[in-house]
Amino acid sequence: MKLHPILAALRKHKAGTVLIALQIALTLAIVCNAVFIIGQRIDRVNRTTGLDESDLFLVSQQWVGAPNADSADGVEKLDAMQREDLAALRQLPDVASVAPINSLPLLNSSWTGSVSHKPGAQLGGKDNTRTAYYFTDEQMLSTLGARLVAGRAFNAGDVQHQGFRDRRDRPIAIITQQLADKLFPKGDAVGKVMYTDGSNAPTTIIGVVARLQIPASGSWGNDFAWYSTLIPTRLDANFARYAVRAKPGRLDAAMRAVAPTLYKVNPMRVLDDDSVKPFSDIRARAYRADVGMAILMGVICLILLCVTAAGIVGLTSFWVGQRHRQIGVRRALGARKIDILHYFQIENLLIAGVGVVIGVLLALGLNLWLMSHYEMTRIPLSYVLTGVLAMLAIGQAAVFAPARRASNVPPVVATRAA
Amino acid sequence: MFSYYLELALRSLRRSPGLTALMVLAIGFGVAASMTTWSVFRAVSGDPIPWKSSQLFVPQIDNWGPNGRSDDGEPPNAMGYTDAMALMRDHRAKRQSAMYQISPSVVPAEAGKHPLNVSGHAVYGEFFPMLDVPFKYGSGWSASDDTNRAMVAVISGKLNQKLFGGASSVGKTVNIEGKDYRVVGVLDDWNPQPRFYDVVNTGGFSTNGDDVFLPFLTAIQASMPNDGNTNCNAVPEESGFVGLQHSECVWIAYMAELDSAAAATSYRNYLNDYAREQQQAGRFRWAPNGRLRNLPEWLDNQHVVPSDTKVSLLVALGLLLVCLVNTVGLLLAKFLRRSGEIGVRRALGAQRAAIYAQFLTEAGIVGLAGGVLGLLLTGAGVASVGWVLPRDIAALARVDVSLLLLTLLVAVVATMLAGLYPTFRASRVQPAWQLKSN
Repeated sequence: MKLHPILAALRKHKAGTVLIALQIALTLAIVCNAVFIIGQRIDRVNRTTGLDESDLFLVSQQWVGAPNADSADGVEKLDAMQREDLAALRQLPDVASVAPINSLPLLNSSWTGSVSHKPGAQLGGKDNTRTAYYFTDEQMLSTLGARLVAGRAFNAGDVQHQGFRDRRDRPIAIITQQLADKLFPKGDAVGKVMYTDGSNAPTTIIGVVARLQIPASGSWGNDFAWYSTLIPTRLDANFARYAVRAKPGRLDAAMRAVAPTLYKVNPMRVLDDDSVKPFSDIRARAYRADVGMAILMGVICLILLCVTAAGIVGLTSFWVGQRHRQIGVRRALGARKIDILHYFQIENLLIAGVGVVIGVLLALGLNLWLMSHYEMTRIPLSYVLTGVLAMLAIGQAAVFAPARRASNVPPVVATRAA
Repeated sequence: MFSYYLELALRSLRRSPGLTALMVLAIGFGVAASMTTWSVFRAVSGDPIPWKSSQLFVPQIDNWGPNGRSDDGEPPNAMGYTDAMALMRDHRAKRQSAMYQISPSVVPAEAGKHPLNVSGHAVYGEFFPMLDVPFKYGSGWSASDDTNRAMVAVISGKLNQKLFGGASSVGKTVNIEGKDYRVVGVLDDWNPQPRFYDVVNTGGFSTNGDDVFLPFLTAIQASMPNDGNTNCNAVPEESGFVGLQHSECVWIAYMAELDSAAAATSYRNYLNDYAREQQQAGRFRWAPNGRLRNLPEWLDNQHVVPSDTKVSLLVALGLLLVCLVNTVGLLLAKFLRRSGEIGVRRALGAQRAAIYAQFLTEAGIVGLAGGVLGLLLTGAGVASVGWVLPRDIAALARVDVSLLLLTLLVAVVATMLAGLYPTFRASRVQPAWQLKSN
């Protein structure tokens, strides 16, 4: 088939042609970027925390009229209260293990700092690596379900306690594989020494866990999302958090037992609806905005593609009606049905081709603009190429019905008056 | 004449129901997507205190120096205790308040009721008149209550309902963190969005408002810990809450009321002088790098409007644009199909203006129908944002009269704009040519 007659005909329908091409270009630009956003959000949500998330829940509670954590005496009292709680929870029939912990991955309440090879390094300095701390005890590994890949776990003798705002040396720590690789690329982190938060006192790395995400789920934590440091210390303050692993399948029962048990230990405390929550809730809450954005972008893409496809059907149908007689003439002159079908298909391919070329430029431009104004990364070419193919396919699908109708115009039309 | 065009338009639209439905659907969806995202954007970008926002200022002091600045040279977005206290002492603004977020427990007087946790802020007495906080009963506390570290409290209407059954509790005591405070005021409904007085700690939006306000120095004396963010450029040298107060860690929000440009300028100079004094005293080893932004500038600087909201709005507007391009194409097809009819009208003496009126009426009707559909879909959209957006933000999106009117207006105006080019083409139809070929 020659392109010349198609181009000649298109010149007669400049406005319509330009409009379809423009629509395809805009649709491609928006859909590419929207789908890219969806892809990014899905990647984020699918990150694994390094926890065994089933049967895990968190208890956050606050004591009323608690002793002052700033006095040595108050710290001892608070620690005794915390140990009492831990003992009570550990005795529950549906509970497998309990660890005090200041936060959990995705909880978005974090204690961040930095670690360095050198003592006395300035916080935020260049040779520092950011990290998020988990202050916990010897039941941490079994409770969180984190996997130890090198060295040893904490034992009861390692565990210290301190007031929440007290400054204290940290003789030992367990770090994540990712942080170990960053600090000691040779893979020999266990037994090595690092310095936390600009301290002059060394911290010996005694173990490495495969993976443990930091509490921050937002993008500000992206740079150090896997750089967690575990310190064997109970923090004493007027509040405490306990990570609890229920026995398999006993999550609900274990959660229900918490409030009565803790109130029995000490009724002067705050436990509300939010105090006992399964990890699945923490995860859902952390990613709610991401999931929502993905759904919203998905809905808009769907509407966009439908509108564009419907627009192509509408305008092509109009053209078919307009060219009724010419089609009849071509048929009478010997064109086969398939020739007419191909004519409209190639015509659409040409218009869509121009549209996607402009669309690719618009998509990249929009991506650049989003990158300069919002948190966005460069769109991979695979997204754009997939978008191009999808747009061409949608164009062809949309044109098929009107083109079929055109090919069914009988040759006899040519003999009738217009 | 209008009714005649109306009739013509309806007849024409009825002749090609498929095409008409397509246009109405496209406009409806395009407008609804834009309006739904707009309703969210409007809710989160609104001015929480429009009558006063240009007089409220947030000062920033650079107590960290070059190493602690962000990439664009911004000083910390909160204050350390030393600087906040110095600014309060100097008292250079008409009204001002340092504040920090607290989360104390409250013990109900009634026996058998479990203690509850409330969120609140420790503030100075000037906080209430400065922000025009509405009171249901009583009022805020005085400057002497501030300096005397009086055991007084202002509670929210909600907490008053919970603890005192809604009756005036002014003069009664409330047990906060194990200590008795005298209630001096009960707030009326007050939950501004964004929580503009402390966006650094609240992130801007929260369905639950603050339930309790205590005098700043009273809370400090009671060692009531800071529940918001604490950022440090170095680990405090001393332990405990006192150590935090002596450190350069930043954790205090600050707001000042300056009711004229001159007052703002002189306050800016004051901040500069203060930083220079600190430099001379050797505490800061760098030139002054303070900031003084009014509330709208501050909210913008702190990116209170989530970027997701802006991107969603942009993408939805893109959808509307595509729908309009689509409508231009379809209207063009529809109008030009009636070239014969136009030719006859023109030959019978109709002016170009009459053709314009006729076809723009038709476009307007499509727009109106699209707008009505858009109204329904916007209603459904706003009702379902709760499923996809974070709760604190979704709760703010509302359908109101202005949104409904805007939906209709956008639909009609946009469609008529889309109809301009097709109408122009229709008006250019040569009557003689049409009559001849028929």
